[in-house]
Amino acid sequence: MTRIKEKFAELEAKNQKALISYIMVGFPNEKSTLLTVRGLIKGGIDIIELGFPFSDPLADGPVIQNASTISLEKGTKIEKFFTLVKKIRKETDIPLILMTYTNILYNKGYTKFISEAKKSGIDGFILPDMSIEESKEYLQAAKNNADTIFLISPNTSKSRIQKITKASSGFLYLVAVFGTTGIKSGIKKYSLDAIKNVKKLTKGKIPIGIGFGVSTPEDVKKYVNAGADAVIVGSAYLKLIEKTPQNQLESKIAAFTKKLKKQTIT
Amino acid sequence: MKYPKNGRFGEFGGKYIPETLVPAIEELEENYQKFKNDKKFKKELDYYLKIYAGRPTPLYYAKNLSEKIGGAKIYLKREDLLHGGAHKINNTLGQALLAKKMNKKRIIAETGAGQHGVATAMACAALGMKAEVYMGYRDTIRQKQNVFRMNMLGCEVHPVKSGSKTLKDAINEAIRDWITNVENTYYLLGSAVGPHPYPVMVRDFQSVIGNEIKSQMKKINNKTPDIVIACVGGGSNAIGTFYPLVDSNSEIIGVEAAGHGLKSKMHSATLSAGSKGVLHGMMTYLLQDKEGQVTETHSISAGLDYPGVGPEHSYFKDNKRVKYHSATDSEVINAFLTLTRMEGIIPALESSHAIAEAIKVAKKSKKSESIVVTLSGRGDKDIEEVQNYLNKHDKN
Repeated sequence: MTRIKEKFAELEAKNQKALISYIMVGFPNEKSTLLTVRGLIKGGIDIIELGFPFSDPLADGPVIQNASTISLEKGTKIEKFFTLVKKIRKETDIPLILMTYTNILYNKGYTKFISEAKKSGIDGFILPDMSIEESKEYLQAAKNNADTIFLISPNTSKSRIQKITKASSGFLYLVAVFGTTGIKSGIKKYSLDAIKNVKKLTKGKIPIGIGFGVSTPEDVKKYVNAGADAVIVGSAYLKLIEKTPQNQLESKIAAFTKKLKKQTIT
Repeated sequence: MKYPKNGRFGEFGGKYIPETLVPAIEELEENYQKFKNDKKFKKELDYYLKIYAGRPTPLYYAKNLSEKIGGAKIYLKREDLLHGGAHKINNTLGQALLAKKMNKKRIIAETGAGQHGVATAMACAALGMKAEVYMGYRDTIRQKQNVFRMNMLGCEVHPVKSGSKTLKDAINEAIRDWITNVENTYYLLGSAVGPHPYPVMVRDFQSVIGNEIKSQMKKINNKTPDIVIACVGGGSNAIGTFYPLVDSNSEIIGVEAAGHGLKSKMHSATLSAGSKGVLHGMMTYLLQDKEGQVTETHSISAGLDYPGVGPEHSYFKDNKRVKYHSATDSEVINAFLTLTRMEGIIPALESSHAIAEAIKVAKKSKKSESIVVTLSGRGDKDIEEVQNYLNKHDKN
């Protein structure tokens, strides 16, 4: 059983939903990434997505774009990233997911990249520009090695959801709204309906995580009530990191996480 | 490759896209398949290409230039004479008409030099639609005349300040807009790049160039040209020129922007110096670093300043059907001035890359041979850029 699967099983036994955070590594520097991770753990986070920067993040809104640019300017590199993951792995056993774009994996070779990431302590991958049609090599490389978390959208057809569910492991990432990450549109009825539809279609075979534009404890609560198994918060964390002095980072992140996590305990 | 299976030209192409765009891409492909063979659609497009855009464009024998070099006869395919001043209108009329048939109310586009933006604005004005155009902030400065033209044509221009602030970032931003407004928006991509079906659709709309060259050369020489040359950024005028001739005996040459030189890192010669990767929904050759980060490019012509290239060009590079060469900024300026002085034709800086190559090739060719160069656009937009270059390099 993978760490992600174990985590969802553990939470189910406790009658809780998962809180997942997204942070960009190396934003604004490597030290703050470590401090943030410690704060997340203290606050009770269930799963951490580590964003690795790409020069052309076309599914991301301004907050994550800016974090990518700064991270790259600060010299974030793949080898350094793996070393950082190893460091985090020494401190915690919670699932770590790498979120980046296809070219970063393709460039090194899917098999090589995934096995090195796995060795450093990564449990799964999210690639927002990896469509199911192009995923054959990627899936082969990840098989028995790491979870492949695919995204679906409120406009994804039933037959596609079924196809994507088959290729997914860990959880299924439901994009809440039409838009890029960090979009402020409020919670839409179609998003809540999408959760219900997807739950019905997947029949509990895989947990459903919802993300994009989720930023407050109230948002988390609404999505949990609608039936989501996991809620993902990203841009809101990056905004908090940006405005918090480094010496307060760990405690501020822990406090925000606690508030969000409370909403997932039913 | 007539219609690429799974959107792949060999290993290149495909659709690497966020899931939100899948229904839109599927709808586009379905409609394109339906309308491309629809008699009424073809007739309507044909009408606009002829009566509005000014097709067919002449194939001009550049006598002065050819005789001075003393080699092959050089013919210029005068896409610069089209309405708007560039080949871009071939594609924008096709896609805008398709968008109209699809009942899309909002059109978005990206632009580099501004030629595609202007051509989009024109096609939309003519067909009674509204367009918004994303343009790299750096390009809005170096091509400010085109920004004003678009504004006058009733089109809103959004300067893009992320990344390198050029064409690639304008495409990123247009895709983000499309993801956000997917339900009512048509993305009118300007080059033969992006996810399937864009590369094949843009190629088909631009193939009017190569088809006309074929029949015009047949009248002149009763055969296809010996050598065909076009410039390659994303590669839409080139693929439109080449595709109808790939099954002929013509030697085909694409010319990329070597900027300050291929070893300088200040260039946009993707096929000459790049490696395989995934960007903007397609697998293709890219200019990228060892880690897979896309690198910034340079070219004196904003229209070629792009780190990727259409996937079908990547395919033709690997199967060697097309040779891809490059021209430096200084060779391009020389070609620009040469053609202007000798033939009274001011070429776009993009097209001047093809002219530079033609001059090189003609020197080594026989008098009995023929070279066709696609003059993809006129150079009026580039006068200031050329002036700046000449002042800086003290050539005049």
